[in-house]
Amino acid sequence: MSEAVSETVAADRGKQSPLSLPAAAPAQAAELSDWIALLKPRVMSLVVFTGLIGLLIAPGHLHPVLGFTAVLCIAVAAGACGAINMWYDRDIDAVMRRTRNRPIPAGRIEPGAALGYGVTLAAGSVIVMGLAVNLAAASVLALSIGFYVFVYTMWLKRRTPQNIVIGGAAGAFPPVIGWASVTGSVDLLPLILFAIVFFWTPPHFWSLALFANADYQRAGVPMLPVVAGARETRRQIVIYTLLLVPLSLAPWLIGFSGLVYGLAAMVLGVGFIVSVWRVATDRQDASGVSQTNDAPARAAFKYSILYLFALFAALAVDRLAG
Amino acid sequence: MARDPDDLRRRRARNWAMLVVLLALSALFYAITIVKMTKS
Repeated sequence: MSEAVSETVAADRGKQSPLSLPAAAPAQAAELSDWIALLKPRVMSLVVFTGLIGLLIAPGHLHPVLGFTAVLCIAVAAGACGAINMWYDRDIDAVMRRTRNRPIPAGRIEPGAALGYGVTLAAGSVIVMGLAVNLAAASVLALSIGFYVFVYTMWLKRRTPQNIVIGGAAGAFPPVIGWASVTGSVDLLPLILFAIVFFWTPPHFWSLALFANADYQRAGVPMLPVVAGARETRRQIVIYTLLLVPLSLAPWLIGFSGLVYGLAAMVLGVGFIVSVWRVATDRQDASGVSQTNDAPARAAFKYSILYLFALFAALAVDRLAG
Repeated sequence: MARDPDDLRRRRARNWAMLVVLLALSALFYAITIVKMTKS
């Protein structure tokens, strides 16, 4: 599941993890905040939100206790992925400016303890989902954890600039899991939501990669700006956004949602296109390096988060009010 | 084995956190059981 949100907020605020406490704070609170930081809570918020929307718009009824359990399992699984990711990436986290204060590279939590924590939470979330909700939701949850850990973190991230394109699928599962929690199956609409998050991930993550390029270069992570340069990355951001915006209209065009969602998707989409067009036309030197400290990329990154939240919120409002 | 006060504080914090998590899980499993029994 995408780690961009937490990483960039940390980057924007300096070197400290968002949950780090001042040195004078009690040791107990600092200890707990480190274990919470391992779960990447900022990433979790987006995952929980899209999972909740998938659950809310699905046809049928799920008891509120079971609905809460399903969302909790999605959140815990996302946190488990974050902890396992931090365990595996502890070597590159130690050399990247914005991640070197994370609990493992900073030496506050043992790598083995973090791995055990992540694996326990991952297994627990799948087992509870299967026993309390249904097997379909548990299966998709297990698939998303496996995809994030083995396909994205261990296989793609350090090998190809397409890491976040293919690996982005891991972050696209939550609406499908939410839907499956209610219906016990997977239908066309959750697959469209999956595709929306899938196509949203590259412009979101590459905007981050543009202004965090030095960190990725230092760590040897083959992000697109490192491998293909900033100019090509800006071009790819525009292409994926132009694919995403028409796709975001699909729920309205095929009659799954009404005009409220259709209009929201259009307005938000135009905003996204304008935002990435500014990235593409950013003042840059001959090699494509930004002369504005990547201000348009930073703005596009922030807008991409707002875009996804607002798009999914519009879908829920439309379905629940309609 | 002797431990420094900071270690003891950290261990105590972990124990309290585990207690809270276990109590919350117990309450959740109880609620799930009641819902499942009511449904069936």
